[in-house]
This record gives sequence, structure tokens and C-alpha cells, in this order.
Amino acid sequence: MMRADNLRRKMPWERRWVSPVLLLLLWQAGSSIGAIPARILASPVSVLGELGSMLGSGALAHHLMVSLLRVALGLAIGVGSGTALGLLAGLSRTGDAAIDPLVQIKRTIPVVALTPLFIVWFGIGEATKIGLIAFATAFPVYLNLHQGIRGVDRRLLDAARSFGLSRLQLVWHVVLPGALPSLLVGLRYALSVAVLMLVIAEQVNATSGLGYLINDARETMRTDIIVVCLMIYALLGLGGDWLVRSIEARALAWRPALLEA
Amino acid sequence: MSEVLRISFPEPPVREPEPIVRLQGFSRHFGETRVLDDLDLAIAPGEFVALLGRSGSGKTTLLRTLAGLDEANGGAVIPASRATVFQDARLLPWKRVWQNVVLGVAGEDRRQRAEEALREVGLEHRPDAWPLTLSGGEAQRASLARALIRKPELLLLDEPFAALDALTRIRMHALVLSLWRRHKPAVLLVTHDVEEAMALADRILVLDAGRIAAEEPVAAPRGQRASVVRPLRARLLGHLGLQTDGGVYADLIGRDT
Ligand SMILES: Nc1ncnc2c1ncn2[C@@H]1O[C@H](COP(=O)(O)OP(=O)(O)O)[C@@H](O)[C@H]1O
Ligand SMILES: [Mg+2]
Repeated sequence: MMRADNLRRKMPWERRWVSPVLLLLLWQAGSSIGAIPARILASPVSVLGELGSMLGSGALAHHLMVSLLRVALGLAIGVGSGTALGLLAGLSRTGDAAIDPLVQIKRTIPVVALTPLFIVWFGIGEATKIGLIAFATAFPVYLNLHQGIRGVDRRLLDAARSFGLSRLQLVWHVVLPGALPSLLVGLRYALSVAVLMLVIAEQVNATSGLGYLINDARETMRTDIIVVCLMIYALLGLGGDWLVRSIEARALAWRPALLEA
Repeated sequence: MSEVLRISFPEPPVREPEPIVRLQGFSRHFGETRVLDDLDLAIAPGEFVALLGRSGSGKTTLLRTLAGLDEANGGAVIPASRATVFQDARLLPWKRVWQNVVLGVAGEDRRQRAEEALREVGLEHRPDAWPLTLSGGEAQRASLARALIRKPELLLLDEPFAALDALTRIRMHALVLSLWRRHKPAVLLVTHDVEEAMALADRILVLDAGRIAAEEPVAAPRGQRASVVRPLRARLLGHLGLQTDGGVYADLIGRDT
């Protein structure tokens, strides 16, 4: 599945950068000749300038830290509970019977649609924002871990069992390592969902954070600030991907796709 | 009457050792199909037995019971000290070769013991390799090391060489024999390969229709089997449902009738 990427890792990078850079140049040219007015979309150069001054004043760092903290707390709760529930449902029949139907029912409702309920329950403060992120990220982790545990190769379990491993040892030496690739897929989803939920949650009466910056900039039609924030969101997404990739590189070193690279 | 018989025809004074494996009237079915039906099996300590049967005859099903993966019924005798080598080596891909070898083994000197076992099977150069980087033959060597390190009284081999190329298979045969000679476990080699069975075993059992349909001791010692092989092959193939006159493969399939 990742074969093509891994066989010639450098080539796609080279090629993939060409079209974005071209777009950027066109964008700048459009702004310079006045075809794209600043109130519609600020030019790349002025976006960079604004980025510089926001960095200089410390405003960006402040709001970014607020948002990062929300994501970190939400993820910690969401990934933690998703993992715990996934383990329970994956490792015990009773757990599966108790938990899985509830999760499957919940799957039919988009988490975003629960925002009003969360506001009613938790108010418009931090709890709702963190709660939404936590709730949304628990599911990809749960679903992938559960599936990963259920999908562990029976033949490997049999082999380990034939050498007299206890149930606990089987879980530790066979089931969990076997389910780890799926768990990491879940984690990757969770990270991108976390950024998505951050955007949505910060629309709710935020007085700080990236979402607040964007809302504020919208009122004053500062498209340069909006673009800076969009860039930060993109960087958050990339950062999450990088994080999971580096975890994978360490934890899944045994996989042939990673071995070849 | 039996008293009289026993007096007039005294049994030879060869004392049969207590078998290390004994199944009596063993049956196993999946739904309607009876895979093993009232099967009797006994293996002596240190004996090398081959179990021959066509694909789907229930060899693996029998071996799973001996490996302790499925329940055996009442009167079964199975040693606690046993180890299995599977056809697909079944090494845990996320553990390095040496860690696979000592899987479930406790103790301080695990690494050292693993290295010793790997040396015995000729894989001492790759203790830290990931299993998915091993060739088929190397994986089976590691798998053999994993079994041997437990010093089993019963070594169960489920077609461990079937997926290997012919040359690698010959090397593995020699390896298994030398390991068996050194450690003297009882071996049950499950195979569908008549040649393999004749080369390795003291005694060949044929599994058919859920029971041991035939039993053929290999009369000559290893290394001097040239004379017994042809008639034995013909008989074994006969038990498996293939009639041959001379027990020669080329004649068997090429016969103009
Ligand atoms: N878990 C199972 N459920 C249903 N049928 C099975 C199961 N295991 C084996 N069988 C059936 O039992 C028969 C014997 O299988 P097996 O012991 O694997 O044969 P062999 O190892 O001799 O090729 C086959 O027909 C197979 O389909
Ligand atoms: Mg089989």
C-alpha cells in the first residue's frame, strides 16, 4: 500500500512542490498587478509580512499556544479513552458486547452536529472545546484499535499458545504488537480530526486561540491574518502527520515497507 | 486358553518402553464431517515417526491436539514438554529472531541461550534480523531453534519443509536428523511427501479416512535404505490410493496402458 512511495521517496517530493510554488507565483503576480484586491485575498508577500509582525509581537505565539493546549488536552482524553475502550472491546467478549453497539450507533451522528448539545451541557468555555476534540478523536482510535485486535493473525496466536504463553503474555507479545499498526492509523486520523474539531470548536465564542484570530480578522476584513491562520492550521496538520510517521518509523521498524526504505 | 498360548509361545523379551504419546479412540469432527474417527496412536520416547496423508486428511487436526491447541479427550497421554514447528514458520514479525527463539522462556541468559540455539541450526549470523527479512529456509531454521530451546520430549513438525525449494529441503532434512540424533526427542513429522517420510522416519503411519490406515516400519537404518525404498514406496503409495508396480514415480505417471 505504501510501496510506491517508499521505493523512490525523493521523487514525489520534488514533483509535488512544483505546482504549489507555481500557484504561489501566480497569486503574487495577480496581487501585484491589482487583479486580486487585498480585501478579497492578501498577497503572499503581505501575508509573510503580517506573519513576521505577528511573530514579532508574540500575538501568534500566544494564540497558537492556547489552541495547541486545547488540542493536546482533547487528544489526550480522546486517544486515552479511545484506546481504553478499544482494548476492552477488543480483548473481552463482554466488553465488545457492551461497548461496540454504542459506538456503532454513535457513528451515525457526525460529532459536529453534537456541538449544540455540548454547549448546553458544558457552556461556551474551554470544556466544550476540549470535550468536542476529545469526543471526536476517541472514535477513530477506538475503531482502528478494535479492528486491529480482532484482526490479529490467528496462526501467530496459535503458535504462541503452543509454546505455553499465558493469556496475559499472549496479549502483550502477540495481540498488542499485532494491533499496533492499526492503532497508529487510528492515531493519524485522530490528529487530523483534532485540527478539524479545533477549527469548529473555536468558532464558539473564543476569546483567544487561532479561531478567535480568524473571527476577529473576518470582522475587520484582514485577509492577511486569515491566511496566516490557515497556514498555521496546515502546519498543525503536517506536524501531526510527521509525529505519527516518526512514531511508526520507530515502532513498526519490523515492517517490510519500512525496512526497505 | 490364553495362558496356554503364552506358555507355548513366549513373547520375545524386548521390553516396550512406555509410550510418550498415546491416543486411543480419538475422534474429532467439524459439524457433520468426521475428520478423525476412532484413531489410535502411540509414539515411543525418542522415536522418529512420520505421519503421511493426503491434503485434507486431518494431519494438522491431529497435530493441533498433540500441540495442546485443541482439547484431547479422556485417555490421551501427551507430554507437557513439547514444541511445534509449523509449515509457515509463524515467527512473530515484530520480534527479532533471537527474541522469537526465546518467546515465553524466562531467565537471565535468554540472549545467550537463543544464540546457542541459533548456532545449532546454522543461523548464528542473524540473531538480530527481523523475521520478515529471512528466507523461507532461514525462517524454518529459526522456528526449529525456537522449538529446540525448550528441550522438548516431543517435537511436532507440521509439513515444515513443504514450502521450501528442493535443495533447501535436503539441507533441512539433514539438519533435522542431526538435531534429532543429538537431542533425541520423539518426533512426529507430518508430511504428504513419501520420500521425506522414508528418508527420515523409523516408522511411517498413513492417515486415511480419519484413522491410521497403515503402519510401515522402515526396516533399514538411515544411510542403508536404498534396497528397501522402492518396495516401501510402492506400498505407501498403495496405502494412499496410488497403485504402482515398481514404486517408481516416472513409471507411475508415465505408464502407457
Ligand atoms: N477449524 C475447522 N473448521 C472446520 N473444518 C476444519 C477445521 N480445521 C480443519 N477442518 C477440515 O478438516 C479437514 C482436515 O484438515 P487438516 O487437518 O488441516 O488436513 P491436512 O493437514 O491433512 O491437510 C479438512 O477437510 C478441513 O477442511
Ligand atoms: Mg495441514
